[in-house]
Amino acid sequence: MPEPEGDPLRSLVSEATRGTPVDAGTIEIAAVGTVPSRRRRRRHLGFAAWLSIAWMTLVVGLAILAPVLPLDDPRASITDIARRGPFADAGSAPGHLLGGDFNGRDMLSRLIWGGRTTLVICTVAVAIGFVLGGILGLLGGYFRGKVDVVVSVLLDVFLAIPAVILALALVTILRTQPGTHGGGLDPEVALILALGLVSIPVLGRITRASTLSWSEREFVLAARAQGAKHRRIIWREVLPNVLPAMMSIALLGIAVAIVAEGTLAILGASVETDTPAWGNMIAVGRPYLQRAPHIIFEPALMIFFTVLALNMLGDVVRARFDVQESGL
Amino acid sequence: MSGGEALLEVTDVATWFDTDRGLVHAVDGVSFELERGRTLGIVGESGSGKTVLARSIMGLLPKKDVVRRGSIRFEGVEIGQATPKQMRKYWGTSMAMVFQDPMTALNPVMKIGQQITESINTHLDVTRAFARELAVSLLESVRVPDPERRMGEYPHQLSGGLRQRVCIAVALACGPQLLLADEPTTALDVTVQAQVLDVLEAQQRERFMALLLVTHDLGVVAGRTDEVLVMYAGQVVEKASTATLFSDMKMPYTEALLESIPKVTEPSHTRLAAIPGRPPDLVDPPQGCRFAARCAYVQDRCHEEQPPLRPGLTPGHEFRCWFPVGTPEGAEALARNRAVAATPGEAP
Repeated sequence: MPEPEGDPLRSLVSEATRGTPVDAGTIEIAAVGTVPSRRRRRRHLGFAAWLSIAWMTLVVGLAILAPVLPLDDPRASITDIARRGPFADAGSAPGHLLGGDFNGRDMLSRLIWGGRTTLVICTVAVAIGFVLGGILGLLGGYFRGKVDVVVSVLLDVFLAIPAVILALALVTILRTQPGTHGGGLDPEVALILALGLVSIPVLGRITRASTLSWSEREFVLAARAQGAKHRRIIWREVLPNVLPAMMSIALLGIAVAIVAEGTLAILGASVETDTPAWGNMIAVGRPYLQRAPHIIFEPALMIFFTVLALNMLGDVVRARFDVQESGL
Repeated sequence: MSGGEALLEVTDVATWFDTDRGLVHAVDGVSFELERGRTLGIVGESGSGKTVLARSIMGLLPKKDVVRRGSIRFEGVEIGQATPKQMRKYWGTSMAMVFQDPMTALNPVMKIGQQITESINTHLDVTRAFARELAVSLLESVRVPDPERRMGEYPHQLSGGLRQRVCIAVALACGPQLLLADEPTTALDVTVQAQVLDVLEAQQRERFMALLLVTHDLGVVAGRTDEVLVMYAGQVVEKASTATLFSDMKMPYTEALLESIPKVTEPSHTRLAAIPGRPPDLVDPPQGCRFAARCAYVQDRCHEEQPPLRPGLTPGHEFRCWFPVGTPEGAEALARNRAVAATPGEAP
């Protein structure tokens, strides 16, 4: 905003900074005073964002390092600590910080190994949705017409089926039935495919919507007027602009997938019962909710904080993406 | 005109859009020729069909619900009905386009350098290093200061004028013979408009390109074009060499456009001359002259009969008017209208 010459605020500023060179930006911020400019606020990540990044780094780091960390075997029972809570006083074996589960398995170890399982399953599943949904969305949004009709109908049909029921059915069909040999897939792989398939329409819809609006931009027409081929325009002109929206939704998608794993576990359609995974740990710990609540609350808190952090990060990505927009 | 085959021959081109309200006659029977090394200005207000005409020539209109008539010949080859697939071999290498708004015509997430080398790599079989070198020299030729540094920057780091120069550099990258500039300075600050136009002019001379300069500003056209096409409601209403147009305009619309430019010599607080009313509805254009409703010279005949494009005194000068400016009939018509307006009690 242009300040009139001889504006009292401005003269005050120049008074205060006499002798030191001031750039226009400083003056403007000083003149605006109490209202921090939107631009400045966006540039810096907030405290919550840093906290989310720290949490995710910790969780992912532990999950990756699980095999080399000095942890107990997540499947080995230590009778002493069965159902003992975290930091339990008398009688608890030292070295079992978060207590033991109903079978005396070390909770800390199970949480870390469980995070590994959960994160791998959910990330890979969303990655499948990201690639396939992304391709469908890009094609539909860019070419429109008949291609878009086919894509939209496909995505709508998938979206219309309740996701949990679809995933439940898929896991049940795909995985090896307990007691039978061969024929099916590992429960982990079945879970990945099911959650992946469920995430396709979500990512597909977002990608399509974003592609529709970016394809309308003049630079796409300009690229066409320079003789660029469709594939090149989609890949080089449209995709880089659509990617932030996709990333933001993918992060939320992982969060949703983590919760979905929990839901499926309660329905008995997650990994095998003794394999640690956060949702699975809650599901199998249910009978001990009153006597040893930590068995459920510890993995529940892991899910809670991880989902929260992922949501935060999704917002951060979207905010960054807005900066690009306003920079236009 | 001056012998030889024109680079671009546009004959009776019409572009209609099929909308819910009916056929919109966005461009209706436009003809002109453009030779290499010449500049043609297309002037008209918003909605006169000038942008649609430029895009029709480029073949950049959507194929759905668009009716294209007439003939467009580029280097003697008919491209009036060409599909995008057929047009691709012309785009970039034979004809290129500079768009109105440099804020949206560049990809926000791609570096300037990449945006230029992109089209070089598409069309020319050169190494990456050479394409880069070419891009730097292109930026230099459109007078972008410090081109090496600009290559690595993103569009949002550049000013509007610089961005438009980058757009021009992109358009010139593969040496087109025909450059269509669609209101290239409309979105720019007045202070840089002249610079950008200078760049366009210099490049056009240097490369001996044909330049089609679309604008709504007669001032832009005045010093920089060889010929001017004035468009109104999808039709050509006057066509003349630039000198003739400004010295001996025949069409009341052209006169009105010129009068609506504010003049420095007038005292301050002089009321700006505006053209009253709005352009006609192109779904159902009036049966007579399309400008009749807003014309100072209008007579009964104008509402009934559409004037054809007829030749003026100077060769190549054509206009579409029954009562042309600067003729006895025109003066008489104007006087009659003024008399009617001055008489109270008459119909408004």
